[in-house]
Amino acid sequence: MEQFLQQIASGLANGAIYACVALALVMIYVSTDHINFAQGEMAMFSTYLSWQLMTWGLSFWAAFILAVALSFVMGVVIERLILRPLHSAPVLSIIVVFIGLLAIFNSVAGAIWSYLIKEYPSPFPKSSFGIAGVIGPHQLGVVLVTLIVLGLLFVFFRYTPLGLAMRAAAQNPQMARLVGVRVDWMLALGWGLASSIGAVAGIMVAHIVYLDPNMMAGILLYAFASALVGGISNPAGAVAGGFIVGVLENMVAYAGNQIEKATGIYIIGNGEKLTVALIIVIFVLTVRPAGLFGRVVVKRV
Amino acid sequence: MAALLEVSGLKAFYGQTQSLYDVGFDIPTGGITTLLGANGAGKTTTLRAICNMVRTDGTIRFDGKNIRGMATEEIVRQRIAHVPEGRGTFTTLTVDENLRIAAYTRRDKQGVKDELDRVFAYFPRLKERIQQQAGTLSGGEQQMLAIARALMLKPRLMLLDEPSFGLAPLIVQEIFRILRRINEEEKVSILLVEQNAALALDLATHAYVLETGKVVMSGPSDVVKNDENVRKSYLGY
Repeated sequence: MEQFLQQIASGLANGAIYACVALALVMIYVSTDHINFAQGEMAMFSTYLSWQLMTWGLSFWAAFILAVALSFVMGVVIERLILRPLHSAPVLSIIVVFIGLLAIFNSVAGAIWSYLIKEYPSPFPKSSFGIAGVIGPHQLGVVLVTLIVLGLLFVFFRYTPLGLAMRAAAQNPQMARLVGVRVDWMLALGWGLASSIGAVAGIMVAHIVYLDPNMMAGILLYAFASALVGGISNPAGAVAGGFIVGVLENMVAYAGNQIEKATGIYIIGNGEKLTVALIIVIFVLTVRPAGLFGRVVVKRV
Repeated sequence: MAALLEVSGLKAFYGQTQSLYDVGFDIPTGGITTLLGANGAGKTTTLRAICNMVRTDGTIRFDGKNIRGMATEEIVRQRIAHVPEGRGTFTTLTVDENLRIAAYTRRDKQGVKDELDRVFAYFPRLKERIQQQAGTLSGGEQQMLAIARALMLKPRLMLLDEPSFGLAPLIVQEIFRILRRINEEEKVSILLVEQNAALALDLATHAYVLETGKVVMSGPSDVVKNDENVRKSYLGY
């Protein structure tokens, strides 16, 4: 029983990370119809920034806040300088640009900080944090931090005029212009926010997966899966999808372990987690192409 | 009467295709002007050209200032409100959000609230539906919402693209009554594009007739209404 709860808890912690990256993907998708393949590498880069700031003597949380702020600027600058000129470029060109960004961030991080795997600290005190035997201090901390970030985002989008303008710009850019919304800037802000959310995810997961330029590759796949499961155009769905994928992959591995223990036959284990996640995605998309919480968009032709 | 909007030599292009050739007209301050014409004459394109939503050439002066080539959102911020055809509302946002978006740059909460009350005085129905998603409103209510949102911009000029489109006659009458009140009480000048020429000529003080991207006739509505060609082509008697 205790092991079962542990697996759920660790699933939630992973799920929180997937949820953040999935949300970052969805935020850019809803306003531009593109999936930013470089989202994970941008998050990795942000995590290195925070590591660099810490080695220069900043405390964890000071480095965290500064790295998230720098990531925001990075996102805005990438949108303004690289994607704005490609405004009316065909989809394939934009995909190539995303893949290019992915490669650039990866190799620049490697060049600056080397490909050696680094340890990354956890800010959550070992004692007095977490529930003994169920959820570790870092896992609980990750879940709490992501929930706070998601809560802040919800309040921002739901209750502030700027959040409203960003939603309007994403839903109908032409109309938004006609009510005076500076849509181009809203897109740039969206990139900044997505980049910041990615930074939070990277910094939170680095203690678990260690810091290296390829740390986000697998996580981006999981996040992509989460976003698709939840409905690629639904931010709340992406978050739910993140937690669902996080918990499910652990449950499947757990069930596999139990079966192996009982019968001695190895069917499935930790090594197949990603495979399982992707099977879930294919299954969900077969049954519900718009995702679990997605709406089917009917377009007039 | 000084002209609020002066358009001259206006050309518009969709890609390589030219759809306006040398369109010119003046909109007097405080008046209601209508653009008439058959399908494809360039009425909608003219409105889109004013807001820089198509590629244009020529001059468009608003209050004496050249606005051609300005970004759409900056033109809107000169207080030109465009109500596009086909009930342009944000369907996934609530009625309240649809209205507030037009005032999102304003920091004075009380001012925005007063503005909302003023708008609801014209459209009491919208107040009843304030938390409803715009997409769930009836066609007439969505059109009202689009006009109400334009009004939230405190416009000096309102561009209306076929507000009667697809609506029941009674609703259309109600909307046109409200438009007349808005024009008189808020001193909003109006440029109205309509298929329903009879209705438009009743409301408007001035009329322009477009044909394949050119102005072929203009004058006070009474004169245009009694022109034989207009009667035969657009009024059907």
